[in-house]
Amino acid sequence: MATEPTSPDTTPPGAGRDTTGSRGSRLLGVVTLVGLAVLVVLAFVVTDPDVRIHPTSGEEFGQFDAVRMLYVHVPLAVMTYLAYGLCAVASAGVLIRRTPWWDVTAHAAAEVGTVFCGLVLVTGSIWGRPVWNTWWEWGDVRLMSTLILFLMFAGYLALRRTTGDPRASSRRAAVVALIAVLDIPLVNRSVEWWENRTLHQQSTLGDLKIEDLTLFTLMLGFLVLGMVLAWLLLHRFRVGWLERAALEHSVAAAIIERRAETPTSEVHRAVGEAGDAGTAAGDRS
Amino acid sequence: MNVLRTVLSEARLVAARDLRIEARSRVVVDQILPFAVLVLVLFGFALDADHRTLRTFAPGLFWVAVLLSALLAVQRSASVDAADGTGIALRMSGLSPVARYLGRTTAVLVQLLVLEAVLVGGLVVLYGVDVDDWFLLVVAGVVAGVAVAATGTLYGALASGLGARETLLPILVLPVLAPVLIGATRAFDDALGAAAVDGWAWTGLLTVAALILTMVGASAHGVLVED
Repeated sequence: MATEPTSPDTTPPGAGRDTTGSRGSRLLGVVTLVGLAVLVVLAFVVTDPDVRIHPTSGEEFGQFDAVRMLYVHVPLAVMTYLAYGLCAVASAGVLIRRTPWWDVTAHAAAEVGTVFCGLVLVTGSIWGRPVWNTWWEWGDVRLMSTLILFLMFAGYLALRRTTGDPRASSRRAAVVALIAVLDIPLVNRSVEWWENRTLHQQSTLGDLKIEDLTLFTLMLGFLVLGMVLAWLLLHRFRVGWLERAALEHSVAAAIIERRAETPTSEVHRAVGEAGDAGTAAGDRS
Repeated sequence: MNVLRTVLSEARLVAARDLRIEARSRVVVDQILPFAVLVLVLFGFALDADHRTLRTFAPGLFWVAVLLSALLAVQRSASVDAADGTGIALRMSGLSPVARYLGRTTAVLVQLLVLEAVLVGGLVVLYGVDVDDWFLLVVAGVVAGVAVAATGTLYGALASGLGARETLLPILVLPVLAPVLIGATRAFDDALGAAAVDGWAWTGLLTVAALILTMVGASAHGVLVED
């Protein structure tokens, strides 16, 4: 995805004709798998649960084992922002440059971003059950705005699946994406803007209030899920590119087939009549 | 200044045309208004509720009924231009896309305001609601109506010409309108005395949302209709 070819006839760099994989993407895949395994061990086995002692009553409190879900949930949320941000940039590219490269990139980013956004909602819900004592909290602004973001991009993907002129469809989808990403600042800043309307805690990363191993595992989560995002984007982009190429190829093949159905004599006669008409017009002028 | 005057003049032409078509076809009066009232009645059946319960939920039910009915109004507005090459004729007429968008939004807004007026009557008669603050009710109703009309018109243009327009439009437009639904419901909570909230603060937020949505719609409409 480093260059911007103008036609899907060009195979994207690194992609083979019968596969979306390449040496680089396979290497990335292997490293990502190893990273995921390490992340799972660190997050769900090695790190300590969140257990604190109340200073006066001496009772245990905290998030206990539920805190482990945050090593996945928080990086997933950040990767969702990244994917949708990329979709917004690519959508602007669709409107300005109008090349398939931007369109395929926007589609790939939106699709992968929506998978990540769905996982954010699921992992958050699993985390919220023991910590907030509910699967879903209607009063939480961040939860609501994330759900709205997810639904807007679900609509975007539904729009992408409609039939019609691909160029018009890509421009319409670009407008929808650019409107949908306006929700991202709302999701991100909701914890500060509506302090009293959210159960989400404010970010503690900036203040580095969390301990070493916890911080390391969280950072590893960002790195590994970033690699998952990159791997998925790469392959989804290549699938989209090949789909476009296949579509154009099938249209071209259908035209050739249709022409072959017409007898050569009829073609010659039609061409001859057109030529005669042209000559006559030329004589008159 | 001249450009603005021209745009507003053209928008008035388009709005008048849309409203004239509506006055002659009477789709809103004959079909969409009865549908909206029917939704209010169905809420009453579904909740199997007494007047106190209905009064509590009236603001939310009102705006859900408005949104569902607005979808029909927007689809109707978009389908007028899709038929008989009207959209192409409009494009060839030389009217600016911004004026066409503002005109159509105005026409949808007028229809929504009529719809809201009838539904408020429905709330009073069917749900036994008392209006505490008429001024807030009217201002919030108009501002939220602008937001709904602006968004609906943009997405109506976006979905027009697509095969699955009827099913696609709700999926696209309702998530965008969810914040408007929340704000308008809170403002009506205050106006109808259903809950102790600051309705004017919510109306202020609605005004910001309406302005943003109208500006986005006016900017993006040209991209969509020039396909």
